[in-house]
Amino acid sequence: MRHLLSAADLDLKAISSILDLSEEMSTVQDRPVKKLPALRGRTVVNLFFEDSTRTRSSFEIAGKWLSADVINVSAKGSSVSKGESLRDTVLTVAAMGVDALVIRHMTSGAPWQASQWIDAQVINAGDGTHEHPTQALLDAFTLRRHFRRTDPALSDFSGKTVAIVGDLTHSRVVRSNVLLLQTLGARVILVAPPTLLPSGVESWPAEVSTDFDAVIGSADAVMMLRVQRERMSGGYFPTAREYTVGYGLTRARLGRLREGAAICHPGPMNRGLEISADAADAANSLILNQVAAGVAVRMSVLYHLLGGADDNPGVTS
Amino acid sequence: MSESQPEASRVVLDEEEIARALMRMAHQILEANRGAEGLVLIGIPTRGVVLAERLAKAMSEVEGASIPTGALDITLYRDDLRRNPTRAVGHTAIPVSIDDAVVVLVDDVLFSGRTVRAALDALGDLGRPRAVRLAVLVDRGHRQLPIRADHVGKNLPTAANERVSVRLAETDGVNEVTIARGPEKTADGAAVAGRQGGEER
Repeated sequence: MRHLLSAADLDLKAISSILDLSEEMSTVQDRPVKKLPALRGRTVVNLFFEDSTRTRSSFEIAGKWLSADVINVSAKGSSVSKGESLRDTVLTVAAMGVDALVIRHMTSGAPWQASQWIDAQVINAGDGTHEHPTQALLDAFTLRRHFRRTDPALSDFSGKTVAIVGDLTHSRVVRSNVLLLQTLGARVILVAPPTLLPSGVESWPAEVSTDFDAVIGSADAVMMLRVQRERMSGGYFPTAREYTVGYGLTRARLGRLREGAAICHPGPMNRGLEISADAADAANSLILNQVAAGVAVRMSVLYHLLGGADDNPGVTS
Repeated sequence: MSESQPEASRVVLDEEEIARALMRMAHQILEANRGAEGLVLIGIPTRGVVLAERLAKAMSEVEGASIPTGALDITLYRDDLRRNPTRAVGHTAIPVSIDDAVVVLVDDVLFSGRTVRAALDALGDLGRPRAVRLAVLVDRGHRQLPIRADHVGKNLPTAANERVSVRLAETDGVNEVTIARGPEKTADGAAVAGRQGGEER
């Protein structure tokens, strides 16, 4: 694996390898010394052109726990705010001899473009409304753990149905999740009001519905997406109240979930809009598990990309 | 067969001899520790874990007390990670706190000593044992680090280019240790070749 730009870069074997190692990496949190020497001497730069708390912090912790030198560069307070182009910023940072760039950018395709300019490995930490592959990996990791509680031998998601509900148009998470969940063998149902269905969604490897109530009873997991009001230029739905009635995981809908069905949300949540407080805090809510999984999954991704020789042809046994 | 031709593998320990060696090591470990109190056996995957379990079983039969056993994967602590493709990482499971315990590291073959060095580093991140001992089924020599085993099943003088293979029923369906002439390589080349499933490193 040279870069991680899209969930489509990963086949079932690669996903399983990343998730299995994430299980091992998750034990580091419980150790007296939270440090592994695997990436000693490697330098990772978190290049964040867009605000982020959990993704940036978890990449930073992941790199540090693997003994890499981690540097954070954010657009605010850097030359980017003086008008430097993406290309010049990326080339400047890469010229300092870094081994990997973790890039978040408001423009779809920016990490891919960066990977064409430099030799360092590139990880997409969220690009525009395009993809967020490590979020999809940590969602899959969290769901796999949840499903394994009742089926310890579970290896993929065959026979499982995952409903992804909400603002599909502005979500980067949904694209990565659809690709990853589909590779894992899950049935994916996308649920959104017609105004928030992205163009071309019919070509995605997923079913599409505009009726949450018709879908909710068949899901083994519901993944609620944040209504991204900051990215909305026009009126995608009449009122917040109307959105909640049609597409929110309300207390009433909570009662219609299958027993043991998982509730996920990539955060940050709009409580009371797409998810009720009852649902967010329910016993089967995995929202905090998702956050906790972030570090372990990103450690695994960093190790898979940087753990071997520079001409990394993938993981060998 | 002349020296330069490839040599068929030769059995140096058969099933009975392995069992006998392990029983002797179990007694030695108990004697050195004056009983089973505070002992934790930690195997280095894959065959070290199997051997640790066998040793613990033998020791519990002698002492009548169960001995905790675990597994310590050393992949992330190897000193040659950057020389090879990204390696798959195995499973680490430490069943009890190793703080103030007497940890016996168990492995199948002791060769360069680099694996043991990595294991000592890994142990240091998991706790502070009172003492760490090393038990190996075969010590084949060619050390590159100042490391020695406390308990050895068989000392086996070898040439650097010979291959020692430990096969155990749990992982390979047969219990035997064999030696064969391998491809020519330096002692260092052999050491950096890494753990090759039951062979020397």
